[in-house]
Amino acid sequence: MKKKEIIVEKFLLVCTLITVFTSAAIIGILLYQTVYFFSEVSVWEFFTNTKWTPLYYVKNYGVLPLLAGTFLTTVISLLVSVPLGLTIAIYLSEYAPKRFREMVKPSLEILSAIPTIVYGFFALTFVTPLLQNIFPQMAGFNALSPGIVMGIMILPLVSSLSEDALHAVPRSLREASLAMGATRFQTSFRVVIPAAFSGIAVSVILAISRAVGETMIVAIAAGQQPQFTLNPFVPIKTATTYIVEVFSGDIEHDTVEYRTIFAVGMTLFVFTFILNNISYFLKKRFQTNL
Amino acid sequence: MITLKNRPSDKTRFYQWQDKVFKYFALCCTLIGLFVLALLLYNILSVGLHRLDWNFLNSTSSQRASNAGIKSAMVGTVYIALYTSLFALPIGISAAIYLEEYAGKNKFTNFLEVNIANLAGVPSVIYGLLGLEVFSRIMMLKNSILTGSLTLALLILPIIIVSTREALKSVPYSLREASYALGASKWQTIWHQVLPASSGGIFTGIILALSRAIGETAPLIVIGAVVFIKTVPNSIMDKFTVLPIQIFHWISQPQKAFAANAAAGIIVLLLITFLLNGIAVYLRYRWQKKIKW
Repeated sequence: MKKKEIIVEKFLLVCTLITVFTSAAIIGILLYQTVYFFSEVSVWEFFTNTKWTPLYYVKNYGVLPLLAGTFLTTVISLLVSVPLGLTIAIYLSEYAPKRFREMVKPSLEILSAIPTIVYGFFALTFVTPLLQNIFPQMAGFNALSPGIVMGIMILPLVSSLSEDALHAVPRSLREASLAMGATRFQTSFRVVIPAAFSGIAVSVILAISRAVGETMIVAIAAGQQPQFTLNPFVPIKTATTYIVEVFSGDIEHDTVEYRTIFAVGMTLFVFTFILNNISYFLKKRFQTNL
Repeated sequence: MITLKNRPSDKTRFYQWQDKVFKYFALCCTLIGLFVLALLLYNILSVGLHRLDWNFLNSTSSQRASNAGIKSAMVGTVYIALYTSLFALPIGISAAIYLEEYAGKNKFTNFLEVNIANLAGVPSVIYGLLGLEVFSRIMMLKNSILTGSLTLALLILPIIIVSTREALKSVPYSLREASYALGASKWQTIWHQVLPASSGGIFTGIILALSRAIGETAPLIVIGAVVFIKTVPNSIMDKFTVLPIQIFHWISQPQKAFAANAAAGIIVLLLITFLLNGIAVYLRYRWQKKIKW
């Protein structure tokens, strides 16, 4: 091999290794600051205290309210995106004519191209007032409105990925079922969906991961009050919102307050890391099974 | 008796009814998605369109809503988009070429792939923390355009790698064999045959990644992009703001007049996003049409 060829290959390898350095750096800085943080605040307090007031005079470092906020908005968004997304996927893959599918799928994907800040504005100025007509007791900042809007944002992720999974199921399976006299509904739910199950699971897990990490929609429309509650009508604060909120103000570096951000970031990272790995291995399995 | 037997039973009729009901229900669900999209666009246009004029495009930040504009934010966005692609493109495409053309099937390659899949799923706000610690503090680049674009470059790197790999994968092996048969080396084959053949797909991925970078808000807030700026940045070490952050700042203001500003800013942001996505869709379409392997 010529010398030039070897140099090129080495250069390409170095570029690839940058991704490894990125991961290492993310884990490194999160760990470094988190370890410092836990030398000043006990792990027990962090995970069991139900108050989060690190920036106040009386300091409480309980991450539970932030996790409750994240959990609440994530669940609401999934209640919107998963049933709706799966139904759309089944319709586009099993019922819709080809032309309709080719037009609708890219149109729905526009929803995922819209920057999240736009959804935040939509949630705050349109969806919240609308919901307040239905639920008068609802506060101006709440978990319900950003949760629903986040569900709309994730909708194309669920519908597109599930549709791909359904589409990948061999035709012969459907034909066998239809030939036995089953309706399309029966074929979809008893033959196609079970066959595409892990592909659908991947889309749902990725949706969870997206919802957990989503920042701007909740930062704008969910409020700034860390509350340990599952009430969708009151202001809450999610883990991601906390990080953004701290940086919107002034904060001194290398204080306990500063390190709370990294402890919260670490918690967030671990959650999404687990979810991403599950979805990656499910995807691999689905691809080899088909 | 025979005619009776041929009539569909109640059960069969129920299943046929069930099938039909689901069909229309599912169609409604699909239309709901599109309806919300239309509603969102209508909402933003109705609030913001009247505010969109030359003054708005050509003014910088101001305490008064009617004097404020998006000039500095636009310039910041252009700078960030430019430098982000400058950093992310060569690295992303190189990494994709390595993984697709050079890497063998072994544990190390598998590790690289799992790692990239993981990076693609890391919440964007975490990338902000990375940029803050590594670029802003350790490398002492402060809250400059350079810090912002390096951070976003790392953020879109996995997206570029994945889409470039897809494009490279679609080039049939026979093309490479033909090139080898004529005596071309591996790199010559990639440079002169594989890359041109997959350029449409690569560009599509790049543009979509760039559109993602332009819409990002959270990581740039974390690295300390400023929200109020009177000047227009003109060097890579300057402080900056971008459109989404300017919009976020306006949304957080209690006065109603700022909501119109936010909506007008969103219209501009959406125009850029849709334009980029339109180009990407067009490129993909043309590329798929031109090449029939």
